[in-house]
Amino acid sequence: MIASLIRWLDERLHLDELIAPFKHKTVPQHKLSYWYFFGGITLFLFMIQVLTGILLLLYYRPGANEAFESVQYIMTRVQFGWLIRSIHSWSANLMIFTAFVHMFSVVFLKAYRKPRELTWVTGVILLALVMGFGFSGYLLPWNTLAFFATKVGTEIAGQVPIIGKPLMIFLRGGEEVTGATLTRFFGFHVAVLPGIVVVLIAIHLFFVQRQGMSVPPKVEAEWIANPRARREMKFFPNFALRELMAWYVAMGVLAALAALFPWNLGVKADPFISAPAGIKPEWYFLFMFQTLKLIPSKVWIIDGEVLGVLGCSLAGLLWLLLPFLENEKSSRSKAWVTGISIFVLVYVIGMTVYGFLAQ
Amino acid sequence: MASLRNNSLLAARFAALATSLLLAPSLHAQAVNSCLDCHSAQPDRLEVTPEKFSQDIHAQKGLTCVSCHGGDASNYDPDQAMSRKAGWKGKIDRKQIPQLCGSCHSNPAFMRQYNPSLRTDQLDQYHTSMHGKRLAAGDTKVAVCVDCHSVHDIRPPSDPRSPVNPVNVAKTCSRCHSDSALMKPYGIPTDQFANYSTSVHYDAMAVRGDLSAPTCTTCHGNHGALPPGVDKVQNVCSNCHVFQAQMYGKSSHFKAFQDKGLPGCVVCHSNHAIHMPSDAMLGTGPAGVCMKCHASGDRCDKARASILGNLTQLDQSIKDADQSLRLAESAGMEVSEARLSQDQAQDALTKARVTIHTFQPALVDADIQSGMKIAAANLKAGKDAMVERNHRRIGLGLCLLAIAFMLVGLWLYIKKLES
Repeated sequence: MIASLIRWLDERLHLDELIAPFKHKTVPQHKLSYWYFFGGITLFLFMIQVLTGILLLLYYRPGANEAFESVQYIMTRVQFGWLIRSIHSWSANLMIFTAFVHMFSVVFLKAYRKPRELTWVTGVILLALVMGFGFSGYLLPWNTLAFFATKVGTEIAGQVPIIGKPLMIFLRGGEEVTGATLTRFFGFHVAVLPGIVVVLIAIHLFFVQRQGMSVPPKVEAEWIANPRARREMKFFPNFALRELMAWYVAMGVLAALAALFPWNLGVKADPFISAPAGIKPEWYFLFMFQTLKLIPSKVWIIDGEVLGVLGCSLAGLLWLLLPFLENEKSSRSKAWVTGISIFVLVYVIGMTVYGFLAQ
Repeated sequence: MASLRNNSLLAARFAALATSLLLAPSLHAQAVNSCLDCHSAQPDRLEVTPEKFSQDIHAQKGLTCVSCHGGDASNYDPDQAMSRKAGWKGKIDRKQIPQLCGSCHSNPAFMRQYNPSLRTDQLDQYHTSMHGKRLAAGDTKVAVCVDCHSVHDIRPPSDPRSPVNPVNVAKTCSRCHSDSALMKPYGIPTDQFANYSTSVHYDAMAVRGDLSAPTCTTCHGNHGALPPGVDKVQNVCSNCHVFQAQMYGKSSHFKAFQDKGLPGCVVCHSNHAIHMPSDAMLGTGPAGVCMKCHASGDRCDKARASILGNLTQLDQSIKDADQSLRLAESAGMEVSEARLSQDQAQDALTKARVTIHTFQPALVDADIQSGMKIAAANLKAGKDAMVERNHRRIGLGLCLLAIAFMLVGLWLYIKKLES
């Protein structure tokens, strides 16, 4: 029955031609192959986000007077509403985590090298957009923590020289964080960002499919020295089935987190109360937030916050251009990039932990 | 000729007035004050330093020693500066102090120049007070203006350093009223401040810094004998505790207490040592008040026991619901709606505690029942949430089993495929 349906479709759409590249596609098989799974897991979590996001949209109402109540309604009245909301929140965090893991695995396996520079660039932009998803989505339940986190976050954006103030007003929909901010964050979260991200994911995946998986330099050198050591597995079904296993593991972790630690709703935002003491952003912004906190209020004649925002922006830009900064032929340049990458990883983890522990 | 002379005299006076007005600011700035120059070096009670006097609201408004004591502050010869010829009054007699202060403070036109919102009936009020009456009768040991407001460093009552600032009033009154030797001739107790210090009102004022909490003058008046609109001190409570007073006014106790000349609220709540009321006041233990008048087993005792039982039941129900909701919250369950309606149950309990002042069990029970209904619903919400949590865990277990099954199946399939 299914076979005849596929044949029927094939006669009309020539699916064989489309599937042909996948049939011949292979994936390098070595002791570090498991790092390849994190990109796929991130994609899987993104799909979960889209699915649960659509389900939440059925009941969520953007607006300062309705948002909190609608999320409360989802969590208490809608059948399995709590599960969908909890999965959406946990999946968002796991997705950002796996995206970070994927990025650093690419860095340390040197997968960004020629000819994959553009794959790296699209990946880094995707990570920034995913963090934008986190920032905009965090406000949507309109609770106290979200309100003040948005206030602090948009204030930091306002520190960018020249465009800072207009940028802050654009993000907030006015001078202050209000219902107008919520409405536009909702728009970014469910329309603007998904549109851009889906296109970029398609491009990112196209690059990966077109160029194949990168082999780490050491493994590549071993294979060149001993061609008989080269191992590859078919993308379909061997690698795809393993990836499916990884997705099942991710699903299990996600289900356990959502069921055992349902995402807290908090208290409805009140713009007239003072910010809770020791307010902090979500963990994935913590390393930047802590960096800004540690910079003195005045460095020479430059405002500390402005310097921090400019520094972070410059660091982000350099990170984006990482493949272009490394000279393939210079081992000294490669060592430098590796050293900087280790420093960045230690810095991000260290500052995040410090941010958690700091008062 | 006479009119010409009158005119020239008027012109001279006008010129002198104009000159003094023009020169007044510069003269004031360079004004000498021989009083302070000498008295800053005087021992004990005669000592008044410029630093101390500069703190005085009167000095800040431009008044000087001469304004009250007369004399000539510009003259450094003590005999001339403090001569009767220069209008020197010397130390003001205690009996004359209210009158002296009143000479300005009872003059609305004069006071308006300095503080238009300040009342000008203090002296009249003082005459109606026990202090004023006794002073008029010749008792100079009673309090006069300076005993409460201080002297030579009089600060406005809004200043926290003023002895008549709400926070300091009780301490100021206690300077005399806790002095057993001073109070002995009057035959009045001296434990008011000690009692007040244990009260809920003192706690609100001194510990929590609530300046609207009652202190001595709130009930007893400050300058007058009683605060405005109150016939007896015992009725002052109704100024703040409006609902309790309304309910008490309609109760059987109101008439009974009036007939026996008992002081209303004070009978159960005491006067100075008013502690935070508790349900134990309805009990038969040491804190109980009902059984001080009622006989055990009578109709009123049964009503008391019924009200107490209902109150205790609602209080316990709210606590049970609270614990149940806390447990659900700690398990990550969303029970904020029930948590919010816990406030309504607590409000019903508070209302019941106010309704007690009607001393009618049926009315109290109506409030209790509305609270019980809410507390029972909240308890159920908490328990339901825990049942739901258990269902979730069972669901998770099944889900993880299915995933594990799939993983094993996939692994075996891959192994088979690759073998």
